[in-house]
Amino acid sequence: MARSLSAVFSPVVLASVVGSCVGATAPFVNADQGRLIATGGASSIEGGAGGGIIPWAVLAGYGEQGEWGANVFATHINLPDYTLDVAGMAVSYGNRVEVSYAHQRFDLGSLVHKLSLPEDNLSQDIFGVKVRLFGDLIYDQLPQVSVGLEYKHQNDFLIPSLVGAQRDSDVEGYLTASRLFMGAAFGYNVVVNGGVRYSRANETGLLGFGGDRRDTRSVLKEGSVALLFNPRWAVGVEYREKPDNLSFAGESDWADMFVGWFPNKHVSVVLAYARLGEIATLDNQNGTYLSVQGSF
Amino acid sequence: MIRPLQWIGVLTLALLVGCAQQPPKDDSLYHALGERPGIQKIVEGMLLHIAKDDRIYKYFAKVDIVRVRDKLVEKFCVEAGGPCTYTGDTLEEAHKGLNVSRGDFNALVENLIDAMDDQHIPVPTQNRFIARLAPQRGEVIEK
Repeated sequence: MARSLSAVFSPVVLASVVGSCVGATAPFVNADQGRLIATGGASSIEGGAGGGIIPWAVLAGYGEQGEWGANVFATHINLPDYTLDVAGMAVSYGNRVEVSYAHQRFDLGSLVHKLSLPEDNLSQDIFGVKVRLFGDLIYDQLPQVSVGLEYKHQNDFLIPSLVGAQRDSDVEGYLTASRLFMGAAFGYNVVVNGGVRYSRANETGLLGFGGDRRDTRSVLKEGSVALLFNPRWAVGVEYREKPDNLSFAGESDWADMFVGWFPNKHVSVVLAYARLGEIATLDNQNGTYLSVQGSF
Repeated sequence: MIRPLQWIGVLTLALLVGCAQQPPKDDSLYHALGERPGIQKIVEGMLLHIAKDDRIYKYFAKVDIVRVRDKLVEKFCVEAGGPCTYTGDTLEEAHKGLNVSRGDFNALVENLIDAMDDQHIPVPTQNRFIARLAPQRGEVIEK
């Protein structure tokens, strides 16, 4: 027992010692350091820095070289028949690497009674890592390009398994590019993001991974365009292609229109109208999206 | 009918005229920033914001601030397309040994934006000006 305990704890102790040493040389700076406001983005529903429904190539927080950045967030999506709640956090170092965690809870609402479902919600945990490969959002010749991996674990697999999902956890990857074009629209700055995802997640993983219709990963396109009225206010649109692996119901591509407010480097708020289409046999799941983020 | 020899003469003349005349300089940004007095207000405002900025105040603590102001006004005037001559050191020389970080550079950009906000410079004009300065980041940072 003692042996196994020490085996568990020694990496933790080591990590904390290393952490404190790193902390001593590279302070966990306040959010007034580093990068320009809003360049840490909002928090995507999978935890990484980005827009709302997709990650961007930017990294969480405002850390530049040698600095840490971090954020915590909570997001609520209110749909006609469902609600999705997400909470999570992300930490980045040196504007180079980001790790993130998100917990999603999807309440099944009216479907529970309609189909006499054994559970009233589905949830999943998402662990993400994102690395900036090259480029910069604003400066340099090349756009900022990042690659990311997400490990997702669906926690209530009974319903997904009954509708044909093949597994309750999976890894997916994405490659994404972001660039700010100065004065590109009537003199206002425009941020453009485009990416591809390699995934077999059903409804981002809330309905498991792979299905009776298709069990291999698909290459899925995602992107967004945002217009910055000034450094603190942004409006934009997002799009996310989704696979169609389960035969019991169609799965729609997602889109949203958003307004983002970044009053300072510590707080941001995103309000959106999300068009999520058909989810688990119920169509027209279009509603409001609200996300609040704190950055450190 | 114009003969080939005359064609050559016409073309040569056109070429000479073209060379003699400078292409018209786009000084609309210079005017939008309020010309030289407006640019001087922006520079002075930026330096006042920097004086209160713990992140980068250290770089300006021991300099001849009047000289810095004058050279920055010249620099900004030239970048905005105005009728000025920059007489200061190159950006690389001016920042040699300071090891200005990327974060420091962004801090200065923030102070510049604050100064332009103070002068009620419209955002599109601010963006045009910052777009002229941004490519020069490489001559400033990590020297």
